[in-house]
Amino acid sequence: MMYYAVFLALIVGTGLTVAAAFVDMGAMNNVVMLTIACVKASLVILFFMHVRWSTRLTWVVVASGFFWLLIMFTLTMTDYFSRGWVEGTWR
Amino acid sequence: MATEGNIHARPIAIQPARSAPHVEEAHHPWLQHHFDSMEQQAEASTLGMWVFLVTEIMFFGGLFMAYLVYRHASPAGFQEASHHLNIYWGTANTAILIVSSLTMALAVRAAQTSQPRGTQVLFLGLTIVLGLAFLGIKAIEYADKFKDHIVPGPYFQWEGTHAKPAEQFYSLYFAMTGLHALHMIIGVGIMSVIMLLAWRRTFDEEYYTPVEVAGLYWHFVDIVWIFLFPLLYLIGRHYHAG
Repeated sequence: MMYYAVFLALIVGTGLTVAAAFVDMGAMNNVVMLTIACVKASLVILFFMHVRWSTRLTWVVVASGFFWLLIMFTLTMTDYFSRGWVEGTWR
Repeated sequence: MATEGNIHARPIAIQPARSAPHVEEAHHPWLQHHFDSMEQQAEASTLGMWVFLVTEIMFFGGLFMAYLVYRHASPAGFQEASHHLNIYWGTANTAILIVSSLTMALAVRAAQTSQPRGTQVLFLGLTIVLGLAFLGIKAIEYADKFKDHIVPGPYFQWEGTHAKPAEQFYSLYFAMTGLHALHMIIGVGIMSVIMLLAWRRTFDEEYYTPVEVAGLYWHFVDIVWIFLFPLLYLIGRHYHAG
């Protein structure tokens, strides 16, 4: 059954992310880690939470949640990342 | 969750406008009077739950935001602090939550396909047991942190070189995993009610929305952990190796 395949993928993803954490890849560690987490989260949302078979309206609501989250992260981090770029500004 | 009593017991004051020649149709006892059909009712409940989950995304999102800001301020300090977390307990708990998500999905499936109540109760019971196992491991981890004096506050002690960022990391660790654990406790409570309803043969292919909606909540809590686990436990793994 499909649920078991999703379950297996989630377990494999967990194994991969733990294994990858022991390899020093510099900043790439974060990219690998978050990519695996996003794939796992997408699998849960699409299959376990049945969004794959849900209406367009549900899709929009779900997507809007993550979109707003990204707005918060992006706008906040543009501030923190760019501090000190201009000489004499507070960091 | 629809726990309203039998609406037929109430005197009907207003004729529904949509059925011009009013015919008293036999409809499902769980169908509430402001919905046209069971499908519409299920759709509205599911959408409503998703709207709630979107607010939950932003609720946890604030903490993830704080994590991002403080980690950006002292990446090395966060790595050093993360190294002190027990990766075995963390990985075990991740696996436990994934299995619990599977049993939850199977519980919804069992209700949706009108499986006998024993099957529904079994999967819901397994989900509860796994949730409690998660909380048990979390309690062991918390106890270890208290023993090692790495709980933020006046008794915080840090052996490493980044004491201040480490304390910030553990403040976030307790806030994030604490809020997550609170959600797990509430989830176990919800599942207990759903299990009781399942035992009373409430759910079948025509009416299983409460199982579905409770499942959405449970999976959401799992998703939060899917992000918490790498961000808290895994960032410091190659700290001493590298």
